[in-house]
Amino acid sequence: MPHADVIAFIAFLLASAAVVAGAVWVVTLTNLFRAALSLGLVLLGVAMLFLLLKAEFLALVQVLIYVGAILTLVVFAIMLTAKLHDGPTGPRSRARVPAAIVSVGLFGLLAAVTAPLRWPEAPAAEAVTIAGLGQQLVTTLVLPFEVVSLVFVAALVGAVALATAGKK
Amino acid sequence: MIPLRYVLLLSEALFCAGVYGMLTRRNAIGLLLAIELMLNAAALNFVVFSRAYGHVQGQAFALFIIALAACEAVVGLAIILRLSRTANTINADSVNLLKG
Repeated sequence: MPHADVIAFIAFLLASAAVVAGAVWVVTLTNLFRAALSLGLVLLGVAMLFLLLKAEFLALVQVLIYVGAILTLVVFAIMLTAKLHDGPTGPRSRARVPAAIVSVGLFGLLAAVTAPLRWPEAPAAEAVTIAGLGQQLVTTLVLPFEVVSLVFVAALVGAVALATAGKK
Repeated sequence: MIPLRYVLLLSEALFCAGVYGMLTRRNAIGLLLAIELMLNAAALNFVVFSRAYGHVQGQAFALFIIALAACEAVVGLAIILRLSRTANTINADSVNLLKG
């Protein structure tokens, strides 16, 4: 099906354009609120890439947890601390040029190392199913799964303790 | 199917954007946003290799990354809010309470 391939590739290009543009905005915009909204663009683009890679469940989780929960939380935090954003503490960012050199250099290095690699062709890999994913989570990966739930409890207790510390 | 190499390049670009953000932002919330970018790049890598080789565990670990990112955001933002109340700043450079 060449037509489906072409459409998938165009969708991939659109999603990557959204991801790259959003990522650049996230790190360069001085207005943090706009940076958070650009992060939303990046997250939606990555969710679209997950869809193109046939990871529908992960795309759903990405939209629900990242865009729905984490981004909302970040926007709340930005608004609650809004009066501190324009403090008298000097410029909002530092060492832009060296940082740009380091990150572009790192990208060049990573691209130069990974681009010539030839990955062995897998024999027509089947898409991963939700059923397979769920089965792995309760059999082989049951330990990391439980550790993650433990981390969740610890994070919850820690966040509550931090938020209420010092109050009688 | 989308060539593996292009997705790898994209995730490398995403990661390096996160590195740039980590190096330049002074605001602690800005640093958190940059960390989210880097975590997303890692998750994207896991998913693309899981697709290329039909392996379930890649997706499972991408799921763990998303879960841990949620924990990290919750604790990080709680610390930042607490910091904004006690130290009256969220500038990562000017928090030097523990400095010897």
